[in-house]
Amino acid sequence: MSGLEIDNVSMRFELPDGGHVQALKNVSLDLKSGELLSVLGPSGCGKTTLLNIVAGFLAPTEGNIILNDKKVYGPGPERGMVFQQGALFEWMSVRKNVSFGPDMKGMPKKESDEIVDHLLDTVGLQDFKEKAVYELSGGMQQRVALARCLANDPDVILMDEPLGALDALTREKMQGLVLKLWKETGKTIILITHSVEEALLLGERLVVMAPRPGRIHKEYNLPFADLGVNADLREVKKHPDFSSKREEILTMIWDMEEEIMGRQE
Amino acid sequence: MIILLIYVLLFIGAMIAYKFVSSFFRPSSDFTSLKTVTFGDESAVRANRAASIISIIAIFFIWSAFTGSSLIPSFLHAPGPFVGKANFTYEATLPSGDKDQGTVEAIVHPLSEKPETPSLGANAEDGFANDNIVTVGAWRSKLISSKTLIDSGVEAKITSVGGKSISPGETVNVGDIDVRMTSKGSLSVEPEKGWQMEAIWLPAPEAVVGRLIEISLHGYQNVTLFENLGWSLYRVILGFIAGCIVGIPLGYAMGLNDWFRGWFDPIVEFMRPVPPLALIPLIIIWFGIWETGKISLLFLAALWIMTIAARAGVSGVKISKVHAAYSLGASKRQIMSKVIVPNSLPEIFTGARVAMGVCWGTVVAAELVAAEKGAGKMIIAASKFQNTDIVIMGIILIGIIGYGIDILMRIAENWLVPWKGKG
Repeated sequence: MSGLEIDNVSMRFELPDGGHVQALKNVSLDLKSGELLSVLGPSGCGKTTLLNIVAGFLAPTEGNIILNDKKVYGPGPERGMVFQQGALFEWMSVRKNVSFGPDMKGMPKKESDEIVDHLLDTVGLQDFKEKAVYELSGGMQQRVALARCLANDPDVILMDEPLGALDALTREKMQGLVLKLWKETGKTIILITHSVEEALLLGERLVVMAPRPGRIHKEYNLPFADLGVNADLREVKKHPDFSSKREEILTMIWDMEEEIMGRQE
Repeated sequence: MIILLIYVLLFIGAMIAYKFVSSFFRPSSDFTSLKTVTFGDESAVRANRAASIISIIAIFFIWSAFTGSSLIPSFLHAPGPFVGKANFTYEATLPSGDKDQGTVEAIVHPLSEKPETPSLGANAEDGFANDNIVTVGAWRSKLISSKTLIDSGVEAKITSVGGKSISPGETVNVGDIDVRMTSKGSLSVEPEKGWQMEAIWLPAPEAVVGRLIEISLHGYQNVTLFENLGWSLYRVILGFIAGCIVGIPLGYAMGLNDWFRGWFDPIVEFMRPVPPLALIPLIIIWFGIWETGKISLLFLAALWIMTIAARAGVSGVKISKVHAAYSLGASKRQIMSKVIVPNSLPEIFTGARVAMGVCWGTVVAAELVAAEKGAGKMIIAASKFQNTDIVIMGIILIGIIGYGIDILMRIAENWLVPWKGKG
């Protein structure tokens, strides 16, 4: 089977004082090739831990990650990652950042230049090719991060709140860009977000996680991502299902947060 | 105290004058001037360049005023030492109570001149207290033995000077000179010193500049100025480079490997607070006083700073950058060269600036202890001959070079690591 399989993954952190934290418990997810999954949940539910396990930065205490029928050990170029911010290499120009992956593979400059030009066109940064990344705005930097990830042609793209640090307007534009890239490239994407709207707009599938221990609470299949590919995202938000789903999920997360608070008192 | 007072007055006066003058010239409209809250807003405080320039002028002004420099008109000079002629009368008393008076004339001359002692006119001195003429250099004093003032064989003692009674250990002021009586009853003539500094304590600015020209043309003690400064710089650069060659890889190793970190942590943390100057005696015992010793000392001065800077540079790399590089398929070697090294460069440059400053200070101190050539050697040799002008010239040159090194390092930093602080 081609795709990404998260197979019964558990993660337990031992604390120095002898206690432990069960960050994830028996999480299983199957992603078909080309699927866009968004993951929501209150803070501390293990979303980022899950992503780090899939990326290979952490080894799960139980369970496996299987990509294209192969078990995953450690990080690899077939699983690209887009971080919230500050993961670009500020000592390199935009072009060098984007061509980092191909350069590491030793791809000839001519080929990598083609890839870079194409991707910078796609994300609308052709004019900023030779600029230093710190000269760009936050939104532009995240476009560079997307292009850098795509330049490596990964099978799966893992996004850890990639739009979290952007202002609301830029964020909307970038959501459109993510959808466009997803449709154009047909990549499998896991998107972690704090924003319920973003999760609904972008996710073909949406998983709501619950904390303590981190586990999958509820799963939705959503039509909005497909709608949004060809339409204005603001129109999609007017869809009657959209607001009802949003309220439902917000209430769900709200209740979880309340419960955590209550437990602490 | 007077100098301090004048300095404070200059500070306040210049500030008020500047505010007054600038209020006419510039209708302030830049952003900072529109801020209503400036007190406590650090960003609104920028160095006033006019104040910096006036500050430097003020230092030279005070320096000139108190050394009688020709750089400023003489009416601005602080009162100088008394120069000219002065005389006073004294009275000597016999045990029997008989008294006689004599007159002493003091010719106070500038130190650069050496007047002939004029002979005493053939005046008919009748009593046992004789007249006398002495020459005294400004700032100096002259002892007049009671034996020259009082006829030999007469048991008289000097009892008053200028009409005021005097006894051993006391001082009487007569116009422009002080007369002090020694414990043996002689008179010491001490002209008023004024407020100016003697050249042996503080030479005038033009004397220092004159020395600079002289020494840069002819050298000092057969060593040219260029050679002296060149040797100091050469030692600093050699020691600094040696420190970098060992320190930076060591710092990287400590940042990347737990065994290295554990092994060298106690050594680095112990050596870091030991001032390099404290190592001079040991270095001299081990390596002698010549080049090996000095360069080893500078190497040690730079080593710990560079090690810590490189370690901090590696530890400071954001984990998301390393993760990003791994998931883009970079190998460990590539992560080292493409991520960790460039990421640590700003820290290393900061460390290099500190290390260069410390090395420059250390080399001068080491040369004070022992050296054949060098900036420190030049000033310590000059101080032994009381060539204060050379000492001051040396100090100023050392300061300028140290400042110049820092400026060059900063330029290099802006040029080589423009991404500093922008990650």
